[in-house]
Amino acid sequence: MKEKLTKIREEAIKRIGEIDNLDRLNDIRVAYLGKKGELTALLKSMKDVSAEDRPKVGQMVNETREQIERQLEEAKKRVESAALNERLKRETIDVTLPASAPKMGHRHPNTIALEEVERIFIGLGYEVVSGPEVEKDYYNFEALNIPADHPAKDEQDTFYINGDILLRTQTSSVQIHEMEKGRLPIRMIAPGRVFRSDEVDATHSPCFHQIEGLVIDDQVTFADLKGTLDSFAKQLFGEDTKVKFRPHHFPFTEPSAEMDVSCFKCGGKGCRFCKGSGWIEILGCGMVHPHVLELRGIDPEKYVGFAFGVGLERIALLKYEIDDMRLMYENDDRFLSQF
Amino acid sequence: MNSALSWIKAYVPELECTDQEYFDRMTLTGTKVEGFTRLDKNLEKIVVGKILKIEKHPDADKLIVCQVDVGSETIQIVTGAPNVSEGDMVPVVLDGGKVAGGHDGGPLPEDGISIKNGKLRGVESFGMMCSIEELGSDRNFYPEAPEYGIYIFSNPELKPGDDAVAALGLHDTVFEYEITSNRVDCYSILGIAREAAATFDKPFVPPVVKETGNGEDVNDMVKVEVEAPDLCTRYCARVVKNIKIAESPEWMKRRLAASGIRPINNIVDITNYVMEEYGQPMHAFDLDQVSGNKIVVKRANDGDKFVTLDGQERILDKDVLMICDAEKEIGIAGIMGGENSKITDDVKTMLFEAATFNGPNIRKSAKRLGLRTDASGKFEKGLDPRNALDAINRACQLIEELGAGEVVGGVVDVCAGLKDEVELEFKPEKYNKLLGTDVSKEQMLEIFGKLDIVYKPESNMLHIPSFRQDLLGQADIAEEVARFYGYDKIPMTLPGGEGMEGRLAYTMQIEAIAREAAERCGFSQAMFYSFESPKVFDKLLIAEDDKLRQAISISNPLGEDFSIMRTTTLNGMLTSLSLNFNRRNKDVRLYELGNIYVPKALPLTELPDERMQFTLGFYGDGDFYSLKGAVETFLKLVGMKNEVEYDPNGGLSFLHPGRQAVMSYDGTVIGYLGEVHPKVCANYGMKCRAYVAVLDMPAIVPLTGFEHKFEGIAKFPAVTRDISMVVPKGVLAGDIEKMIRQRGGKILENVSLFDLYEGDQVKAGHKSIAYSLSFRHKEKTLSDDEVNASMKKILNGLESMKIELRS
Repeated sequence: MKEKLTKIREEAIKRIGEIDNLDRLNDIRVAYLGKKGELTALLKSMKDVSAEDRPKVGQMVNETREQIERQLEEAKKRVESAALNERLKRETIDVTLPASAPKMGHRHPNTIALEEVERIFIGLGYEVVSGPEVEKDYYNFEALNIPADHPAKDEQDTFYINGDILLRTQTSSVQIHEMEKGRLPIRMIAPGRVFRSDEVDATHSPCFHQIEGLVIDDQVTFADLKGTLDSFAKQLFGEDTKVKFRPHHFPFTEPSAEMDVSCFKCGGKGCRFCKGSGWIEILGCGMVHPHVLELRGIDPEKYVGFAFGVGLERIALLKYEIDDMRLMYENDDRFLSQF
Repeated sequence: MNSALSWIKAYVPELECTDQEYFDRMTLTGTKVEGFTRLDKNLEKIVVGKILKIEKHPDADKLIVCQVDVGSETIQIVTGAPNVSEGDMVPVVLDGGKVAGGHDGGPLPEDGISIKNGKLRGVESFGMMCSIEELGSDRNFYPEAPEYGIYIFSNPELKPGDDAVAALGLHDTVFEYEITSNRVDCYSILGIAREAAATFDKPFVPPVVKETGNGEDVNDMVKVEVEAPDLCTRYCARVVKNIKIAESPEWMKRRLAASGIRPINNIVDITNYVMEEYGQPMHAFDLDQVSGNKIVVKRANDGDKFVTLDGQERILDKDVLMICDAEKEIGIAGIMGGENSKITDDVKTMLFEAATFNGPNIRKSAKRLGLRTDASGKFEKGLDPRNALDAINRACQLIEELGAGEVVGGVVDVCAGLKDEVELEFKPEKYNKLLGTDVSKEQMLEIFGKLDIVYKPESNMLHIPSFRQDLLGQADIAEEVARFYGYDKIPMTLPGGEGMEGRLAYTMQIEAIAREAAERCGFSQAMFYSFESPKVFDKLLIAEDDKLRQAISISNPLGEDFSIMRTTTLNGMLTSLSLNFNRRNKDVRLYELGNIYVPKALPLTELPDERMQFTLGFYGDGDFYSLKGAVETFLKLVGMKNEVEYDPNGGLSFLHPGRQAVMSYDGTVIGYLGEVHPKVCANYGMKCRAYVAVLDMPAIVPLTGFEHKFEGIAKFPAVTRDISMVVPKGVLAGDIEKMIRQRGGKILENVSLFDLYEGDQVKAGHKSIAYSLSFRHKEKTLSDDEVNASMKKILNGLESMKIELRS
């Protein structure tokens, strides 16, 4: 009996060692441990064993069974592991092949620049508002201290619909609409489309965009205007940006200024980009003219304000080094997809 | 405005600065300098030489060999110039020197041209004699220079070895200014010089105008009547007799040349000189051509014709102001004189006019006549009448100094009344409060002193000089303080006051989501013009009586192509798609957010309705349903979760009749989408299918919402049933789904189409559709009976629609 058991065990272990797939493993399990298996058959023949030997033999059979089961278990792990390794090897891919993301569209450079400007001013507590593009002469000129005979009306080549209605030449008209709402203080920026009768070329478009800014409060100073625009310039063009304010003239602000920023290409040393001056003209600004406040029924003795106007295309063209304004309205996919 | 720095320095004698310093500091006090050009750029080692001897070149017919005394030595120079003689004084560039340009007067090379000793046809030449072109100028500014050849000095005081560049007045810099429209006074040398003096804190020394004239009184010779005092604020006239036309002196010619004005003769030059110096244009009439020795200033009659001194006939109207004599018109006021009274070289007696006119009237007249002149450009700014008298007296002083004629004593001065002089209260605290500065009262008064603003301590008033027409209120005074205190010294702070909430207006938030949605779906943002051609309606097959044709016209467009405000965004989209298609860009998807302009009535009496349109368009990869998917992506992102209804019967002429739908949401029309009609595609030169969707944002914004509420995760299992049917082609899947949803009851959770087939397996004119329905109850597991009851209702519904089920 004992020899039989030893023989079965050794034979089984040998066969288990040769296993290389799970089906085979199962066959062996059945062959030894199944209902008709060799070990089961041996167990059945226990009735021929003497009663006193039976516990001992039983123990031996069980030990053999456990050994075979353990071997089978190990073999299973070995085979599974080999199969997994085989699979992982087989599944190796070329990770440098192109990605398959859904094709995304691109935002217009004007909008990218605008969103940056909006983010900056929202952070400074400004509301972003809009106003009409087809506008009354009054809002575009008269209420901004540009009366009928003012030369500034000629300087801005205006598209007229009729004597009273025109295409706005500046987003400054939105200043007046905001003041008319009668809510003070005001802290707003108004981006939008403006129109001037310029023929299309590399630097002109009859249709372009501006961003107007207006703050009205009881205590606002020219120093606040400078500080605000300095913060704006640093956020937009980088922390090292320097600003320079030059006196200028706008009918609806007094004092007025133009702001230059240090050239963000050469850092102010002078290059082709800034035409050697180290500075780039970026916007016009000033303290709201008292007459403009008066016209809107705001007491200039109690309230003061500042305003500024930025050309959106100017910022976009500069920031993204676009050398031809026409590209902005042509919508060639090869242009748009670079943003 | 251009002018030589030397002319400015004539009135600010202590001014000493480099060109760059002048550029920077003037700009920082508000006299913006656009740029500057050194007139002696690349002119090195150039001296006056005297030609002592000229001999023929032994081997070249066209060359001569000159011995030239250049002060330190006598050198031999070979030249081909035809115009030199022995004894001539000429500019000579020595060995190792530089000239600015070639003798042909072409564009100047950036680094000039270096000159070295060399041999010409075997004869040694040490340096070069120069033409005016080689010195970087031309005959416009040096009319005495020969057309071809060496410049020959006429000044007898020059000696060999003198600085030739100085002798030509070229050690100078021309500055180009951008003067703002409010600073009328700075369109003059004196105005800029006054600013320069204040900027550099040096004394301003304007010319001293002396009394001029003989013992006669011009008032006995000439009468002036101003019939239109509203248009002519002042008219000053003086007379000069015994005129001797001659060349002007060098200094005057050089200053005019630097300002870009060609010297002509003493009379013309003096007029131009004073116009530059004082900013006051003047006109000279030949008094012998002025009948009745009388000047009448009056409006023209409609339709009058007049020949200006350029020989052109002009047609006048009653708003054009004319200068007339006793019988006829002799000049268009402030714009151009007449041919009939112009000064010729034979002039004997001349009437000088210095007048001021209504600026806007001059501007409009010049515009109507299409005749903008240097004079009208100045007058249209509205000149200071006080300046006119100074200017005419200055001109007469120059006439006497230059010996150009005999000035008759006195002035005829018709002045409708000068404006009251402006006085403003001095409010130092107010200026500091506005600027955010702490400038002392004394500092402010010092600044005013430099600007000729006189402080009167007894009344605490500031007296504004008449030439500063821009100083009208306290804010203007604050700017003067700021300019000379220094904009750069004003601190940088942020506004205090109550904190305010920054945000985008709601409509802009929705637009931002629209951009996000479009880009997620592969559409790139485009921008189109707001105006277009009225021809686009035909291109888009829009019916003659369609409301879209009711577009606003621009009265002064850039041309027909930009003449109406768009009422649809389709033309912009199709034009851009077509551009991409024709440039062979593949699979292009564009979107735009922009307004259309819908008039309430035409002609326009009130502002139009500006409606923001969200337009999507593409060609290439994709179909109607991909566009529909993009639209629904957007609607979902703005919280529009209900079903959108698609009506295929909108009859939009520009879309494929079988592939279009008008979209409604909760009963509101929100836009349309479809395949572009092949004829329209052809009109835009596109040989492919294109698709567009247009969403009307003002309709959509009120339907949006961002309320979110968690409704729990279903605990009980869903039961699914599939149904498959054969329906006539004309039956809309949307209608079937709608019926299923209505009949399915509360437990019907989801309906999804999983198969659609048209073809051989289905009978003609029909299509096969299969839906998967899923049922679920929130609080229990559904029984078969419950689901069957629902299904029965649905099947009955299908039957009533005459739809047969597939087994």
